Amino acid sequence: MVPFAGYDMPVQYAAGVLKEHLQTRTGAGLFDVSHMGQMTLRAKSGKVEDAALALERLVPQDILALPPGRQRYAQFTSAAGGILDDLMVANFGDHLFLVVNAACKDADEAHLRAYLSDTCVIETLPDRALIALQGPKAAEILAAFCPEAPEMRFMDAGSHQVHGIACFVSRSGYTGEDGYEISVPADRAEALAGALLEAGVGAIGLGARDSLRLEAGLCLYGHDIDTTTTPVEAGLSWSIQKSRRSGGARAGGFLGAEKILAQLDHGAPRKRIGLQPEGRAPVREGALLFTDTTSTNSIGSVTSGGFGPSLGGPLAMGYLPTDHAADGTIVFAELRGQRLPMRVSPMPFVPHSYKR
Amino acid sequence: MTTLFTEDHEWLDIDGDVVTVGITDYAQSQLGDVVFVELPKVGRALKKAEAAAVVESVKAASDVYAPITGEVVEINEALAAEPALVNSDAESKAWFFKIKIADKSELDGLMDAEAYKTHTA
Repeated sequence: MVPFAGYDMPVQYAAGVLKEHLQTRTGAGLFDVSHMGQMTLRAKSGKVEDAALALERLVPQDILALPPGRQRYAQFTSAAGGILDDLMVANFGDHLFLVVNAACKDADEAHLRAYLSDTCVIETLPDRALIALQGPKAAEILAAFCPEAPEMRFMDAGSHQVHGIACFVSRSGYTGEDGYEISVPADRAEALAGALLEAGVGAIGLGARDSLRLEAGLCLYGHDIDTTTTPVEAGLSWSIQKSRRSGGARAGGFLGAEKILAQLDHGAPRKRIGLQPEGRAPVREGALLFTDTTSTNSIGSVTSGGFGPSLGGPLAMGYLPTDHAADGTIVFAELRGQRLPMRVSPMPFVPHSYKR
Repeated sequence: MTTLFTEDHEWLDIDGDVVTVGITDYAQSQLGDVVFVELPKVGRALKKAEAAAVVESVKAASDVYAPITGEVVEINEALAAEPALVNSDAESKAWFFKIKIADKSELDGLMDAEAYKTHTA
């Protein structure tokens, strides 16, 4: 067990990181992600459209066009264009449901209250646990507990009975695999988790959660993205819809819009990239990147790195100047006094298998 | 041949003036799945307690320290191709390196199997 954002979290269960990782890619894995923050946003007017418009002041995403029963990836941005947190936003028909990072949840709540209290009611849901069920067998297994589950598409979200318990279910996750995230009342979480484990799902710890998301090219807040990185630099421009960009129906109007729109229009000076070491040694977070084996000025750094069990080799992500960020570019990471070549590689390292 | 253990979870097989060094089964169980091992170069002069090798598991990188002063005379090339040997056979096939002992008195104070068992209990 290790401390993580104020929680004691298991790095691995008995199977170990490698087996847990592979079980998630080939079967199904269960992740207790109850440390994450869950909250609802309701407009005082009662209209979900008003809650959506209010939230659009804090995120560069189009929330108004998010239909009921759908979820979208978003970022809270700062006035300087950095990322305060990344989150999921779901339209539950009459309100919005948000899932945020554990380490940021108090700050996120304060942020929402500071900006949106005039028009919205913000409610945190500390009495709900969150369970992720991930892997190619997730749909088949969950069908026994929630018959509607297999009919959901990637990023569908709504209220469903699971094992006779009133849950919020989304078809999404943080592994690159098909799967679900299930928000369940905390006092029923153990019963649900127990039933899923009995159905043949493996318990997966933080270690495999990290290697799975790294292979999937997904950002970890506080490492690959933070207040010093913009969504454009982080390679998250795909998550910013046209309506919020220059020339769009509701262009700008969010914190940091000036910088973020300018980067969307004219490019960013640096970029988050995937990296594959040419050798076998894993290169981890913090390693500095250089253009060659002798230069003294680093041009970037690794923000996440380790070993990809499905990839069968080391992998990393980091930031490089845009003119050094083309796929195939060789850069050198400093590791234990040596400069090791790494190749800029497209992400994801392992293809996503979402059910769109 | 005598086998001794360090507090840093290395084992030493002493054969005349050459010692074979590896990490213990207890150490590999704590590290988890090993994916990479970096060994010292043959001929390198190591000082006792100096970082001599690196073991990378899926979780983290860990240093392996020279348990004794001396020169590296052989390294286990098999670990480069099959780092998982450290998990499957830590105290035999997955030896790391052999050192020609400079000063045998440095072996004093290392643990025998019994004492090491108590140390990890």
